[in-house]
Amino acid sequence: MRQSVLLKVATQSILKNKLRTFLTMLGIVIGVAAVIVMVAVGYGAQESIQKQIGSLGTNMIMIMPGASTAGGVNQGAATFNRLTPADFEKLQRESLLLSAVSPVVFTTAQAISGQGNWRTRINGVSTQYQQIRDWPVDQGTFFTEADVRSARKVAVLGATVAKNLYPNGDAVGQQIQIRDVPFTVAGVLRPKGQNAGGMDADDIILVPYTTAQSRLSGRQRVGQIIGSASSPQDVPAAQEEIRGILRESHKLGESEEDDFTIRNQDEIAAAASSATQVMTLLLAAIASISLLVGGIGIMNIMLVSVTERTREIGIRMAIGARGSDVLTQFLVESVAISVIGGIIGVLLGLAGAALLGHFTGWTTVTPPEAIVIAVGFSAAVGVFFGFYPARQAAALNPIQALRYE
Amino acid sequence: MNAVAENSAAAEAPVVIRVEGVTKVYQMGRNEVHALRGITLSVRRGEMLAIMGHSGSGKSTLMNVLGCLDTPTAGTYDLDGVRVNGLSKNELADLRNQKLGFVFQGFNLLARTSALENVELPMLYDRSGRRRDTRALARKSLERVGLGERLDHHPSELSGGQQQRVAIARALVTEPTVLLADEPTGNLDSRTSIEIMALFQELNEQGITILVVTHEPDIACYARRIVEVRDGRILRDEPLTNRRSAADDLRALAVEAT
Repeated sequence: MRQSVLLKVATQSILKNKLRTFLTMLGIVIGVAAVIVMVAVGYGAQESIQKQIGSLGTNMIMIMPGASTAGGVNQGAATFNRLTPADFEKLQRESLLLSAVSPVVFTTAQAISGQGNWRTRINGVSTQYQQIRDWPVDQGTFFTEADVRSARKVAVLGATVAKNLYPNGDAVGQQIQIRDVPFTVAGVLRPKGQNAGGMDADDIILVPYTTAQSRLSGRQRVGQIIGSASSPQDVPAAQEEIRGILRESHKLGESEEDDFTIRNQDEIAAAASSATQVMTLLLAAIASISLLVGGIGIMNIMLVSVTERTREIGIRMAIGARGSDVLTQFLVESVAISVIGGIIGVLLGLAGAALLGHFTGWTTVTPPEAIVIAVGFSAAVGVFFGFYPARQAAALNPIQALRYE
Repeated sequence: MNAVAENSAAAEAPVVIRVEGVTKVYQMGRNEVHALRGITLSVRRGEMLAIMGHSGSGKSTLMNVLGCLDTPTAGTYDLDGVRVNGLSKNELADLRNQKLGFVFQGFNLLARTSALENVELPMLYDRSGRRRDTRALARKSLERVGLGERLDHHPSELSGGQQQRVAIARALVTEPTVLLADEPTGNLDSRTSIEIMALFQELNEQGITILVVTHEPDIACYARRIVEVRDGRILRDEPLTNRRSAADDLRALAVEAT
């Protein structure tokens, strides 16, 4: 039987029972729409995390103290801190592939100004931190090499801190107190928004690491060293170079494992996205269950339809339709229902994702392949659940089918 | 009338149906039902046969075997030179499509499908694809049965007689070797029945081989030859000497009415 005729026969019988077809289709529509919305939410989360990680800096490499494994037992990073300012200075001196490097001394403290007070993170860094994090100042200036060398009490405020300490603006040149130590505000950083962990990146004060060590933390250790490779291609080589320099600095023997962990931005991004990928997959899997239920609905209706149309099948067979003709006819019908349902579901899903994004403020992204897969999958549902009823129809005995009332 | 005259040419025409020693046994639970107990029959091109018998006589089974809807348990059946025994389901379907035209008691048209599309249907199942312009052929076939004005009507919009004409047009459109009509007038009033028989006689005059299964002697009397079946055997097989002309009967009815 010709394709155009098959399609016409399928459309005819689909249109014959509009309400029933619509209800059957609804199962698929809801299933596909649910999958699309869930995937859009998952991909949106993934994309916003990637964007945040991208905003960390350029070609960034992070060095954390502690081995990721020690004697085969995973200790996690930062088990014991063995990064020192000497490591940083050695890196700065000897590394050829790093264009910038900065230690990060972490501490948290209450900052007090004449207009307010605010508890925030205080990071002791070098001047190159700015370049690594790609984070310029909006007002005033960053502190200078001389400030670092002399451990001067100067601070650069994140936008959130500036807003809380100086609600009226004009923070530059003012005095703030951190742990009873007076600091002069040199500048205010440009707002960066949320960081990868969902925290406010602008809720921070940057001070020279030398000052942080001597005045605030009182420790010689460095929490982290971050660097920036000259180009994206140099990142892996730079990581190897850092490893060599630090092993030398820590005087590690051949058989000893690294007592530090080096990560680059891509690895951080990969770790974050694998988590959201699992979430996306889980959401999509739950949503596909409704697609499965829709498929069972199709099968149910097709079985009813075959019974109802037994006589029609008998007529077709008497005038020369082969079993395969009847099989194809019913299969085309169920696939048509599921594909049309799938397309409507995609449109509804896209609209749903856009609405959800609009009302919740979440980023929603629908990858085009998700649409193709959703429609393809609904076609597969049509074939799978339509096959059994279609085979029932094809296996009918024409004599009995003709006699069926 | 010429139509009533014995067609002597039929005697020499080629045999299109040859059935020899055909039996059909159904297994009904533990019982065997012998529906056909050895039927031998041959039909030549251009004949018009009435197969008669009461219900349970085996005439329906014989019809199913002749219509390639069922295969005999024993014996042989040749249709237009093709040995039907041992053919696969698909081959039987193709044989029905190409060599047979069916007309049923209940018309068996597809509802919500126009007359034209109903008539077109058998050509769409024709795997040889030899007919290109199926629409035009369907129209011609409907015109042949006098329904040229009702091409786009759906079965529900047609009278019983008109529906049966559509069914006849559908059976004729593939130019079958044999037209099989199973109680074609069973659902029609007597006047319409005669009209349908007049159409069959007219088509037979044009050379079409027709087999009519009926239990009504009033209908059988329009055939050229009567085969009576009882208990799965042929009781009588003889040419009809006093064949009636349905066209004449219609005219007589018209006179009575006035």
